[in-house]
Amino acid sequence: MNEWPLWEIFIRSKNGLSHKHVGSLHATDEEMAMQNARDVYTRRSEGISIWVVESKHISASDPDEGESLFDPANDKVYRHPTFYNLPDELKHM
Amino acid sequence: MQDHLYNFLLYLGDNALILGHRLSEWCGHGPVLEQDMALTNIALDLVGQSRNIFQLAAKMQGEGATEDTLAYLRDATAYKNILLVEQKNGDFAKTILRQFFYDAFNYPCYQRLMQSSNKDIAAFAEKSMKEITYHLKWSSEWVIRLGDGTEESLRRINEALEDLWPYTGEMFKYADFEIAMTESGVFPDAAGIEAEWEQEVKNIFAQAGLELPEKAWMHDGGKHGRHSEHLGYILAEMQFLQRAYPGQKW
Repeated sequence: MNEWPLWEIFIRSKNGLSHKHVGSLHATDEEMAMQNARDVYTRRSEGISIWVVESKHISASDPDEGESLFDPANDKVYRHPTFYNLPDELKHM
Repeated sequence: MQDHLYNFLLYLGDNALILGHRLSEWCGHGPVLEQDMALTNIALDLVGQSRNIFQLAAKMQGEGATEDTLAYLRDATAYKNILLVEQKNGDFAKTILRQFFYDAFNYPCYQRLMQSSNKDIAAFAEKSMKEITYHLKWSSEWVIRLGDGTEESLRRINEALEDLWPYTGEMFKYADFEIAMTESGVFPDAAGIEAEWEQEVKNIFAQAGLELPEKAWMHDGGKHGRHSEHLGYILAEMQFLQRAYPGQKW
């Protein structure tokens, strides 16, 4: 049983929102992963759509490279769209 | 006629309650966490279905009957469930095969109940159908996996098949209350269920590489209150609190 591959589960909670990572589980194949995800992660009406991806297919960034990957963006505030003057009529920006 | 309807409701409710209780025994013992939850989800679905049916039956009976008195204060001889659902869980393969035999039977039953002349039953059947559709999908998948899995899983499901096959005939041996319900349109076209069940079992067994056993001698009696020794143990545990502390609430 311990050799079952691990799967990452993504759930879309409602239309208009994107799928969001909710956790992982074990299953022998994608069909079982889908059923298990339904049983483990949607018992309380959390979702309307499920994606499953075998964990080994996910490439993750290396935490040790965090500084070189992410820190350079810290002093480049001009990349944020915060320097525009918005007219008062524009809401929800 | 009212008696037949009442007995028919008890029969439907008892099947769901006893199988639900059996599955609930897996809680915390499933082979993996994911299947533990799948089994207990289905247990909850079934217990929920039995509650709905018992509420209808209690309303018919009056005399202070409630869903709880029907579940907790009837003795084994008053239970009408088929013997299949009270059989012990055994190993995972046996639980799966018992579930599959029941789901493949329940599905065509509830398809017919959705067309019932009794509006309460039709509405209840429609609500339950979504759950039952998933149960059948789940148990079918597992029968295929176990049959078409490893040497050990094949051996285990074949042992389960040998144990459970003689309990499958009772589903189609209609009791007087079922015949009355078919005639009155409450349970239309019951005669066609057996062929649909066989077709479904054949189809899944073919994918699983399992062989359908010959028709053989079959157990029966559950619908008339003649149960295997297992039901007494189930009720002893399920009813203990209400028997020891009558009327106790929480």
